[in-house]
Amino acid sequence: MTPFKRLNSTTVVLTERNIDTDQIVPARFLTTTNRRGLGQAAFADWRFDKHGQVREDCPLNARQAETSEVLVAGENFGCGSSREHAVWALLQFGFRVVISSRIADIFRANALRNGLLAIEVDADTHAWLLDNPGAGVTVDVVQARLRLPDGRDIEFELDPFARTCLIEGVDALGYLLGQEQAIAGFEQGAREAA
Amino acid sequence: MSQTLFDKLWNAHIVRPETPDAPALIYVDLHLIHEVTSPQAFTELAERGLKVRRPDRTVATMDHSTPTWPADLQGQRRYASEQAWEQVRTLLDNCDEHGITVHDWDSPNRGIVHVMGPELGLSRPGMTIVCGDSHTSTHGAFGALAFGIGTSEVGHVLATQCLLQRKPGKMRVTVDGRLGAGVSAKDLVLHVIGRIGVDAGTGHVIEFAGSAIRALDMEGRMTVCNMAIEAGARAGLIAPDQTTVDWLRGRAHCPQGEDFEQAASQWLQLKTDPGAHFDREFRFDAEEVAPTITYGTHPGMVVGVDQAVPASIDAAGRRAMDYMQVTPGQSLLGRKVDVVFVGSCTNARLGDLRAAAEIMRGRQVADGVRMLVVPGSEQVRKAAEAEGLDQVFLAAGAQWREPGCSMCIAMNGDQVGPGQTAVSTSNRNFEGRQGPGSRTFLASPATAAACAVKGCITDPRHIDGPPEVRIHFPAPRQMEARQ
Ligand code: SF4
Repeated sequence: MTPFKRLNSTTVVLTERNIDTDQIVPARFLTTTNRRGLGQAAFADWRFDKHGQVREDCPLNARQAETSEVLVAGENFGCGSSREHAVWALLQFGFRVVISSRIADIFRANALRNGLLAIEVDADTHAWLLDNPGAGVTVDVVQARLRLPDGRDIEFELDPFARTCLIEGVDALGYLLGQEQAIAGFEQGAREAA
Repeated sequence: MSQTLFDKLWNAHIVRPETPDAPALIYVDLHLIHEVTSPQAFTELAERGLKVRRPDRTVATMDHSTPTWPADLQGQRRYASEQAWEQVRTLLDNCDEHGITVHDWDSPNRGIVHVMGPELGLSRPGMTIVCGDSHTSTHGAFGALAFGIGTSEVGHVLATQCLLQRKPGKMRVTVDGRLGAGVSAKDLVLHVIGRIGVDAGTGHVIEFAGSAIRALDMEGRMTVCNMAIEAGARAGLIAPDQTTVDWLRGRAHCPQGEDFEQAASQWLQLKTDPGAHFDREFRFDAEEVAPTITYGTHPGMVVGVDQAVPASIDAAGRRAMDYMQVTPGQSLLGRKVDVVFVGSCTNARLGDLRAAAEIMRGRQVADGVRMLVVPGSEQVRKAAEAEGLDQVFLAAGAQWREPGCSMCIAMNGDQVGPGQTAVSTSNRNFEGRQGPGSRTFLASPATAAACAVKGCITDPRHIDGPPEVRIHFPAPRQMEARQ
């Protein structure tokens, strides 16, 4: 993973609530055995119609979306299936940050494990972001702050462990492997009976 | 201090407690894997030169991309694509390499991961169970802490048998009273999700309690916990009781004989202490639950099958109803159905098939309706065939398939056509879930079967009644007028 400390980007906005991971990556793209080639699958049925034609009205197809690294979405983003392909697809599409007023648990965990920053903001900030597609924002991972063009500077919650992983560009597996002694100790305890 | 069942399960599995800087390290007793969410995790292990730490605590099945057609005379299976076959083969290779038990085509126990695990007695009270699959919440029906994880975490568990987790919040849904005739666990859980919303459980583990939950058999409890994720919850839980113990006795992976009785007496201790605190609480009355069906594009948009869908809706609701071609304020009864699917880890156990068969017996699938009945596992298939349920479905004109996820996720070639209307016993009615452009109405097995017979959305309580004609009165307007 590339270290992620800070970025400036315009936003792409999807106002829909409850965007589930079946929308982010339809199941027909899941018969893969690697993590590659999923950028095309991102929101495939929103970006293309049933004949494969580009849907001009989809914000993800706007020219600005090509350089945008921040996706703002309606409440409860990433609900449904646990497929991590949803996170891989968004990253490969070019996003590094997802902002919503609520983000589903498994999606959020998957995102942070892959260097995609999933941020929950308060209802007012969320409403403003939804109303202002294309706004230029600054995301500061080190300070856990989001800056809006009107000068608002909002602190967001970020688990300190996830933050370290993002800033240093490391994943959690290394840390887990370092816990071998504790794990072995636990296994030798009464639990082995279970 | 009084503890909830969830607290007890959590505490018993802490390898390292949570600190401000790091999440807790939680031990995983059972790791279930399948072909779709595991290949990249094995690749990660290979790239780092790691082994599977506890192959003995890992069990694999193949269910998502596997065909449900029987093998042909040469023993060949009709995979939907080269890639689907490749995915299954990758799972078999990985299991072989790491010494993991896999329930493949030759296994008499292969099935949908959340049907197979409990059936084999792999899922037992007091355990932690994870799988790269959100409906892992199903296993919570046994009083186990069971939740879905992503592929990176599948890798973590393969390599270390542990997960890094912050402790979720605690929520309780209590349902008292008795379910009416023809009303099932599926109706109950759809009703609850409709009331609390699809994100009410986000960041929480839901314990289901109350006399109506106690009265459910294990299959019904699994249906309820299975759908906990559709309320956004990390996991669903039901405290073990005598029903749990009786269901588990004699299962292949359970302790046997005296050991079982000893284990059972411990399982029966697993419950929430009186006065324990929950962060959120909801209460429902089972008598209020009708046969319930979804009308929109998430599992919280539900209505009693004989009721009108809401008349006043927001923009999101309107978009969903447009997609579903549902008219605000109107009843769904009589809506033409193209496909009926009885299957999935929510409703493809023996009791579900019996409920559907009871309606189908002596009746025919209506003209123009394609009905698929897909048992949840080989064991379910064999038990159903031993009772002649397959013959009931076949005689009615339905298709009787081999176990798998099938049309629930539509990865294996079984799918609903663009624009078609499906009534399904599965768990998700998202746009395109059952195939691009498909429209899914979620319901119980009885309702699904009734819809198949009538060829339209039907109340299973009135299947032999007169054709259901409804008169729609305009919604009362006096409230607006007064303002
Ligand atoms: S039946 Fe459906 S929900 Fe259940 S595991 Fe299979 S795809 Fe997932």
